[in-house]
Amino acid sequence: MSERTIQTERPWSLKNFFFQWEWFLVGLFVIINIINSFLSPYYFTADTFLSTPMNFLDKAFLVYPMMMIIVLGNIDVSVGSIIALSSVIMAVSYNAGLAMPAAMVLCLLVSTLCGFINGFLQAKFKELSSTIVTISTQIIYRGIAYIILEDKASGKFPSWFSFLGWGYVGEIPFIMIVFIIFTVLFAILIHRTRFGRQLFAMGNNSTACRYSGIKTENMLILVSTIMGFMAGITALFLTSRMGSTRPNVASGYELDVIAMVVLGGVSTSGGKGRISGPLLAIFIIGFLNYGLGLFNISAQVLLIIVGILLIVSVMLQNLRLGKQGQKSGAKPR
Amino acid sequence: MKKNIIAVAMIIAIMGMILPASVFAADKPKYAIVFKNTGNPYGEKQLEGFKVGIEEQGYEAILRAPELPTAEAQIQIIEQLIAQRVAAICIVGNDYDALQPVLTKASKAGIKVFSLDSSVNPASRLTHVNQADSEKIGQTLIKAASDMAGGKGEIAILSATSQASNQNIWIDFMKKELAKPQYANIKLVKIAYGDDLRDKSVSETEALLRSYPNLKVIIAPTTVGIAAAAKVVTDKKLVGKVLITGLGLPSEMAEYIDNGACPYMFLWNPIDVGYLGAYTGVALVTGKIKGAVGDKFSAGRLGNYTITKAPDGGTEVLLGPPFKFDKTNIADWKKVY
Repeated sequence: MSERTIQTERPWSLKNFFFQWEWFLVGLFVIINIINSFLSPYYFTADTFLSTPMNFLDKAFLVYPMMMIIVLGNIDVSVGSIIALSSVIMAVSYNAGLAMPAAMVLCLLVSTLCGFINGFLQAKFKELSSTIVTISTQIIYRGIAYIILEDKASGKFPSWFSFLGWGYVGEIPFIMIVFIIFTVLFAILIHRTRFGRQLFAMGNNSTACRYSGIKTENMLILVSTIMGFMAGITALFLTSRMGSTRPNVASGYELDVIAMVVLGGVSTSGGKGRISGPLLAIFIIGFLNYGLGLFNISAQVLLIIVGILLIVSVMLQNLRLGKQGQKSGAKPR
Repeated sequence: MKKNIIAVAMIIAIMGMILPASVFAADKPKYAIVFKNTGNPYGEKQLEGFKVGIEEQGYEAILRAPELPTAEAQIQIIEQLIAQRVAAICIVGNDYDALQPVLTKASKAGIKVFSLDSSVNPASRLTHVNQADSEKIGQTLIKAASDMAGGKGEIAILSATSQASNQNIWIDFMKKELAKPQYANIKLVKIAYGDDLRDKSVSETEALLRSYPNLKVIIAPTTVGIAAAAKVVTDKKLVGKVLITGLGLPSEMAEYIDNGACPYMFLWNPIDVGYLGAYTGVALVTGKIKGAVGDKFSAGRLGNYTITKAPDGGTEVLLGPPFKFDKTNIADWKKVY
C-alpha cells in the first residue's frame, strides 16, 4: 500500500521566499522612484505619493476583477465600454431629473448588468471564446453610449459629487481609502475563500472542475458580474474626476488594466497568480507614467516603454518558471 | 536571481537612454504648453511658435500633448507639470469645464494658467490667447458657404470634438449668422464631429455624403477635418458637386485648392498664435500684466497687444483677422506652414 500526501502549500524556505516575482516588482518600483526623484527635485514629498495615485487609482479598481478573469484563462476587453455606457447613463438620467444618488446606483446597476451579460454569453455559448464575446460587447456597449449621447458631453453634476475624484479625508485621498478597502476584500475573496480556490482550480482545468461538481457556468457569470460592478465603481470615480462625461471616455482602459495584471505575474494561460503582484504593478505602471511625464516624454514614447516593460517581464517570468520547474524536478505546467 | 539582476540592468539601461542631458541643465523658469493631442500638424506649428517665443526670451519651453484628445489625459499631464513647478501653463483645452479642478490646483501652487486657441472657462484661466475674433470667423465661414452654394441649399459642419470650445464658439456664431434673412435658403442639416482624428473625420464625412445626397457645402472649422473632407470629396469624384471650406493648413490643403475641392479657405498663422502665447505667458509671470481688460504688453516681432473682454465673460488677446487662401496665393503659402 502506498500513500501519497499532496501538499497544499509549498514548504517555506528562504530561497523560495526571495525567489518570487514580487521582489522583482518591488525592485522595479524602487528604481522608478529613484529615477523620478532625480528628474524632479520636488518629487519626494508626501503630496506626490498621495496625489499622484489619484490619477491612476480609478483604473486600479478594475485590476483585481480582471485578475480573476485572467486566472480563469479568459480575458475581458469590454470594460472600457462598460465604463463609458454606465457613466453616460448616469449623466443623462441625472440631467433628466433623477436624484444624483439614484443616478449613481443606476450607474452601478447598468455596469453590473453589462458584466452579467458578458458572463451569461460565455457560459451559455461555450463555442464562443471570451475574446470574441467581449470584443462584440465592447462595440455594442460603446455603440449604445454613442446612440444615447451622440458625440456630445453631459455633466453639470452637483458639486459634492466631485468629492469622489478630488476629495481628501484628512490627508488621504478618498479614492485611496476606497481602493484599500477593495484590495482587502479582493485579497480575502481570491486567497481565503472556497470561491477563490475554485477560481484557480478552474483556471488549471475547467473540465475536471465541472466533473468534480463545481458549477463552472455560475463561476463564469459571477466573475464577469463582479467585473461589471467594479467597472461601475471606476465609472463613478472617473466621471467625478472629469466633472463631465462623453461616450469616448475610458477608451483603452482595458489594455492598461490587462497590462497591469500581466506585469503582476498573473499567467495569461490561467490558474496562476497572486494578488500582491497586480497590486505592485498598478503602482509601477502608474508611477512610471508619472515619472516619464515629469520628464516630458511624448505620449507615444510612453506607450512604447510600457510595451517593452511588459514583454521583458513576461519573458522573465517564463524563464524563471522554466528554471524553477527543472530544479524541483516537477513537470513544467 | 542572476536573471533578475540582468533584467534590472536592462531596465536601467532603457531608462538611461531616455534620460537626456537636460536634467542637469541650469534651472531656468519653465513655461509649459499642453496641446489637444499628438499628430496634429496645426498643433505642431503652434507648439513650434511657442517654443521660439519662449526661448528667444531666454527661458525653457516644455511642449506636451496627450496621445488622445481627452480631458482626462490633459489632467494627468497638468498634474505632472504642477510637480515640476513650472512658471506658467498654457492650455489648449480639450474640455471647457472638466479641467477646472486641476487648473485651480495649479493656480494655487503659484503657476500662471492661461489658455490658448481652445479656451477653458474664465474661472480656471487668467486670460485666453485667441486667434481671431470668434464672431468674425463665424460670419466669414457662413458667407463663404453661402457664396459657394449659390445662396441656397444644404450645408453641414464637420467639427473637431464636441467639447472643443473654440469650434463650439465659432459654430454658435455660425448659427447666429444663419438666422439672418439673407441666409434664409441655406439649411444647416448636421454638425458632425471628427474628433480631430483623421480616420474618424473621414468616416464622418462619408456618412454626411451618404445621409445628405443634396449636400452642397461642408464647413470644417478644423484643420484635420477640412483635409479629411477634401480628401473624401476628391476620392469619391465629387469635386464641384460638394465644396469644402473652413479653416485649413495651406501646406495640407494646397492639393485640394488646386483641384477645386476647396475653392478657398481661411486661417491665421498658427506659429504666430503659439508665439503670442509665449509672450503672454512671460508677461503674466513677470507681473507685467494680470490678465485684466486693458492690460498692454509687447509680443516681440508681432508688436503690441491689449487684453480685451471675451464673449464668454473672461478676457482674451486677439491675434488678428483670419487670412483667405485661394488659387492665387496658395503656392506661396504652402511653403510657409
